[in-house]
Amino acid sequence: MRIDSLQSLAELRESAQQYVHLRRDDVKEHPADAKIKHQLMVCGGTGCVASRSDEIIEAIHKALEEHQVDDVEVIKTGCFGFCGQGPIIKVQPDDLFYVRVQPEDVSELIESHVKRGEALERLLYVDPRNQKVVHNHHEMDFYEKQERAALRKCGLIDPMNIKESIAFDGFHALGKVLTDMTPQDVIDIIKTSGLRGRGGGGFPTGLKWEFTRKSVGDKKYVICNADEGDPGAFMDRSILEGDSFSVVEAMAICGYAVGSDHGIVYIRAEYPPAIQRLTAAMDQAREYGFLGENIFNSGFNFDIEIRLGAGAFVCGEETALISSVEGGRGEPTRKPPFPAESGYNGKPTVVNNVETLANIPDIILNGGEWFASMGTEKSKGTKVFALAGKVNNIGLVEVPMGTTLREIIFDIGGGIPGGKKFKAVQTGGPSGGVITDRDLDTPIDYESLKSIGSMMGSGGMIVMDEDNDMVEIAKFYLEFTTDESCGKCTPCRIGTKRVKELLEQLINLEGDEETLEKLDTLCNNIRSTALCALGQTAPNPVLSTMKYFPEEYMRYARREVKKTYSIDPEKCIGCTRCARVCPVSCIAGEVKKPHVIDEELCISCGACFDACKFDAVLRP
Amino acid sequence: MSNSVLSTEHLDKTKLAELDKYIAGLENKQEAIIHILHRGQEIFGYLPKELQLYIARKADLPAAKVNGIVSFYSFFSQEPSGQYQISICLGTACFVKGADAIIKEFRSQLDMADKRVSDDGRFSIRDVRCVGACGLAPVVVINEKIYGHVGTDDVAGIIEQYRGAEG
Repeated sequence: MRIDSLQSLAELRESAQQYVHLRRDDVKEHPADAKIKHQLMVCGGTGCVASRSDEIIEAIHKALEEHQVDDVEVIKTGCFGFCGQGPIIKVQPDDLFYVRVQPEDVSELIESHVKRGEALERLLYVDPRNQKVVHNHHEMDFYEKQERAALRKCGLIDPMNIKESIAFDGFHALGKVLTDMTPQDVIDIIKTSGLRGRGGGGFPTGLKWEFTRKSVGDKKYVICNADEGDPGAFMDRSILEGDSFSVVEAMAICGYAVGSDHGIVYIRAEYPPAIQRLTAAMDQAREYGFLGENIFNSGFNFDIEIRLGAGAFVCGEETALISSVEGGRGEPTRKPPFPAESGYNGKPTVVNNVETLANIPDIILNGGEWFASMGTEKSKGTKVFALAGKVNNIGLVEVPMGTTLREIIFDIGGGIPGGKKFKAVQTGGPSGGVITDRDLDTPIDYESLKSIGSMMGSGGMIVMDEDNDMVEIAKFYLEFTTDESCGKCTPCRIGTKRVKELLEQLINLEGDEETLEKLDTLCNNIRSTALCALGQTAPNPVLSTMKYFPEEYMRYARREVKKTYSIDPEKCIGCTRCARVCPVSCIAGEVKKPHVIDEELCISCGACFDACKFDAVLRP
Repeated sequence: MSNSVLSTEHLDKTKLAELDKYIAGLENKQEAIIHILHRGQEIFGYLPKELQLYIARKADLPAAKVNGIVSFYSFFSQEPSGQYQISICLGTACFVKGADAIIKEFRSQLDMADKRVSDDGRFSIRDVRCVGACGLAPVVVINEKIYGHVGTDDVAGIIEQYRGAEG
């Protein structure tokens, strides 16, 4: 079925809306004689699938048959964002959210909710702070402060069915652009919106498009950067898993704006479900005429192909990405020339990140002013953060720019688990830095994060509590960057290795105060001399932890750190609990007599500390 | 490095035929080299030097260039892995939740302190980049199956599932 006008698209939207009316916020009344009374939305994101959501879907079908229910539909959606509580089932139109559902729970759930009309209390979300059961999805703290733009359709639609996307205005922006607007109009809207690159660079998207449009070339390319490499960030994967259609649509819009007929998605091979859904979205878009030749009868041609990455963090850098797409090692090149002038195969190329693109269709439909009305003076719109680490509510969080870290971690994230104390949050991944409680009230935007020694990055946000050792964290990041350095320039290839060695010296209690000075000098040298952003930012985790936690570095330098756990003989009653959980069997002692930890063998895992009920185990 | 000349003769012919079919369908073989290597690794399980040489000849590229690409990207492996590939996620979210203790635990339980593959070839251990399931941290992936919220005391039970398994 080919759609060739706005008129036929509007007709299709109307007919498609009957499949999704139970999910629409703007429809309150549902006809009593409707054939389908409930839709069970089951999360099919990577996190939930890992905790058996596919088995849950099977179990639902079986239970529906057993209970002879025929007015319920099951829809496998993309990620709801609340990954720490998966697997998740949302029941519509009741707006009810069941968490941590197991296949064994399904029969009871159908019996209770669908047949008797009673919510199954024990599977509802419990607020970790006041232990209250939350019924309504929209009343959950986790969602209340969120503003979903890029993630709007994730969890709302079946990502394998283009009609559901169309029912929620999918491809209308493309239709509007191709029938009513000039390429310059499109660029002007994006410029007005103030949208900036969500991959971390923060470069104004409208300007990037304009530069590419103005560059001379017989062929131009649109590349979508889906090589999400920041450890701890998973928003691009979730967008592609939940709503690839928006990305496909946005790439076509971008192609029209810059004068390109050829799109490429460069995606991590580690993301098979995202690749599968993206492929399906592209196939269906072709079938409906949104990709291919003469789209919307406008004479505009555009198609997309997929290129696989193979696991190289540096390929998130656009010039390295282009080298990889061309079939080589992903090594960056010096800029200028920028890809907008000379990119893929030497032709003008625009490279946009997944989340950036996901914002485009709604900006076109609602206007640049709509997007610009959210956020701060220089950073407009919303940003998706991947909240993880030592925080109660783990998942994807989309908030207006200018929201504070405190709101994200404590209101949306529900604070730190186990009554532990907040220590720091790392933003910007291996290129960023730590932020301490001192700066938790900073409104987040590209500039403010830089000014406190971190950066936006792609939106990874790792929370650390009092148990995390900051020197170890710095070493962890340096191990990552050393491993991922492409080797082209010396400051990065050799410099990061030396930084890592200095950190190891400290941790092994072989360093001194001079080691700290060397670290500082070396980090600053790498920062100012490395070729690309990876190298220039690699020292950031070290510099920022040194700045905010100098005492921790000093303790290592003065060799005051105790490396292993120990047992207080006064408090130990000899219950043997610690000895039983110790993974390396390094705790010895007789029953009812104080136990002893063998410091040579202890791996400092902390299992004994957690197991002891008498506070007898002492932390390093 | 051995001094013997690399030969592609000992590579499995049926598997090569499958790879040949894939390569033949590609328009620009040189630009698609990463895709060819992905396919090769899928078919053979890993990318031995002989196979890299074979692919290089097929794509009309210098073998050194192909080897440069294989060694550059962490997804490609030049050595075979065990029957059960234990991948422990070392993304930041897993790291701050103690993934390094999980690795040590697997290594000590399987008696593989510094080995990549166990002596009987059944298990191999590697750390991997963020698998993007941060909500389940710490995460362990064995072949295709994902284990979430893994603690050191879960490790023995997980290994047992595979030790007991046939074949």
